[in-house]
Amino acid sequence: MSGHSTYVPKSAVGKWFESRLPIMGLIHSSFVVFPNPRNLNYFWTFGGILAFMLVAQIITGVVLAMHYTAHADMAFNSVELIMRDVNYGWMLRYLHANGASMFFIAVYVHIFRGLYYGSYKAPREILWILGVIIFLLMMATAFMGYVLPWGQMSFWGATVITNLFSAIPGVGEVIVSYLWGGYSVSNPTLNRFFSLHYLLPFMIAGVVALHIWALHVPGSNNPTGIEKKTDKDVLPFHPYFTVKDAFALSCFLMVYVWFAFYIPNFLGHADNYIEANAAVTPSHIVPEWYFLPFYAILRAIPDKLLGVLAMFGSIAIMVVVPWLDSSKIRSGNYRPVFQIFFWLFAINAVILGWLGSKPPEGWYVIASRISTVYYFAYYILVLPLLGLFETPKSMPASIADSVLGKGGSGSAMASGAASSPSTKG
Amino acid sequence: MKSIKTLIALVALSGLASGVALAQSHEREIPPRVTWSFSGPFGAYDETQLQRGFKVFHEVCSNCHSMSKVAFRTLAEKGGPGFTPEQVTALAATYKVKDGPNDAGDMFDRPARPADFWPSPFPNKQAAAAANGGAAPPDFSVIAKARTYERGFPWFVFDIFTQYQEQGVDYIAALLPGYEEAPAGEVVPAGKYYNKYFPGNIIAMPPPLQDGAVTYLKDADGKPQAPETVQQYAKDVSAFLMWAAEPHMEQRKEIAFRALVFLLVFAGLLYFAKRKIWANVEGHA
Repeated sequence: MSGHSTYVPKSAVGKWFESRLPIMGLIHSSFVVFPNPRNLNYFWTFGGILAFMLVAQIITGVVLAMHYTAHADMAFNSVELIMRDVNYGWMLRYLHANGASMFFIAVYVHIFRGLYYGSYKAPREILWILGVIIFLLMMATAFMGYVLPWGQMSFWGATVITNLFSAIPGVGEVIVSYLWGGYSVSNPTLNRFFSLHYLLPFMIAGVVALHIWALHVPGSNNPTGIEKKTDKDVLPFHPYFTVKDAFALSCFLMVYVWFAFYIPNFLGHADNYIEANAAVTPSHIVPEWYFLPFYAILRAIPDKLLGVLAMFGSIAIMVVVPWLDSSKIRSGNYRPVFQIFFWLFAINAVILGWLGSKPPEGWYVIASRISTVYYFAYYILVLPLLGLFETPKSMPASIADSVLGKGGSGSAMASGAASSPSTKG
Repeated sequence: MKSIKTLIALVALSGLASGVALAQSHEREIPPRVTWSFSGPFGAYDETQLQRGFKVFHEVCSNCHSMSKVAFRTLAEKGGPGFTPEQVTALAATYKVKDGPNDAGDMFDRPARPADFWPSPFPNKQAAAAANGGAAPPDFSVIAKARTYERGFPWFVFDIFTQYQEQGVDYIAALLPGYEEAPAGEVVPAGKYYNKYFPGNIIAMPPPLQDGAVTYLKDADGKPQAPETVQQYAKDVSAFLMWAAEPHMEQRKEIAFRALVFLLVFAGLLYFAKRKIWANVEGHA
């Protein structure tokens, strides 16, 4: 049911162009007439929000790069010059720095939505895996971006994280020296991180294109997890979902403005306003908030190599989630037991984040270990086993039935009053 | 250390974590909250306070501390201490900066101009350290943002909504008058001092302020604008340092308000547009 192009160019120029490069038809079929499940809730607006954030980060980032100097002796000062003397430079920088956090807030909502509604299940496995790749690229981009202001936390965060690779047997030391461009985090490190920080967002954009392409083959999942069957189940993307996404984006932007303009340093670290100094180690080296759950997993394990493996494994395991989940039912709405484990998983992720911000001592370590075990148990035990034992709730026959209050009746009688979508708007 | 900062924490983590936060002990005293003119969504700097704070910085702090990212000209810019360009030019001219090389290839000293950055009291970090018992006094350009204290859960969540972000200035305002006799059993090394707000309590900086050390401008009735006390000096210079770290704060908060009002109206219009468009779809509001 992917959008078949019904686009007919009106002007002569349009016809001429379309017969040579049918891109308007592609846009028309993908974002205008594309049939979306009519029952999408507001959790489905975060894909559009993420697309907006990517563009916003690239635009603010490109302009910041015009004023930034990637040199260990000048980077900190050039950021201050941006803050003080570049016209609206403070705005660009605060938007960009807080934009990264907003990007991650949106992506976490997006990921948890996928986990709850089973969006990773067939036929959307490739779509999901592309999403995991985007998430990994985002993490790399954000990590390197945080190094660029060359403050204390930039420097020491980079030192801690790049050192992790030294745990890899055999090639670890070589990898680390290539990351550093030398024998410690220094000017060559900053230079290559800047280069990669500029490169990776465009790679993200490329994978996002694939992500949307893969999405448009089966179309969006929906809160019932039932595939769309007839025209009664769907509404065209425009105007129904363009206006809904625009409303959600505006609300999201209010949160963004609140942080970027009112409390721009809330999500940062005071230590990063101290210039990098290889001779002074901060008392606490803490990554940005969006890395904290993974940082907690890293530190929960007493062995360095195993800790690194667990940390990367905690993301890598998401790749195989489509095959770990044995349930035939897609949406968590109809899985009462799953819901309990899911929300425990979500709360557990927040607790892991909190533990990641605490020093690795005392009972924090024990709590981190328990949380880490649950994190992996959810994927390795709960998802494979639950589908075998759980009795799902009764489900509506179709998306239209669920909307029109026939949920669970199993009636195939679709309401004739369900609007014919293409005539609306 | 305000570190978790995850919005997700808003959703969960209530009972369990609050018990933990209370159980945590604080090794250093929490700086008291000061009422700042620049806090909150409509906060703005108090020009006269910034001018007083500048006087404290100029006459006391700047003997040891640099402020190398602040240019003289910014003292006359909007949203700052509000000095006139003439005052700034005259002030700059009292400083010598190194320039050159000239046509003969020589470096030379010349009076500073408003476009120059604040000259540092020591030629380099080593000289600064050597003259100060081994510890170079930190630069003041962004120090109000470079200092903080841990808020802990759940306070850091409330801070999102109350916009409390003056931890740095509160800390500086508490630190400067925060010197006292070390408690019994606490050994203070020679040349160091005890300060209850400093992390670890042992600080290399001698008490920098004394009552009456800086003379404030007089009002029409011949009284100083503000009390010439250590407490007042500390507050005024802290406010000045906040401005030095965040010179565009007033403009930022003005834009924030306008952007929020715009987004609120825009989102409202979109909400009703959405309702109208979806009104004909059965089963949807």
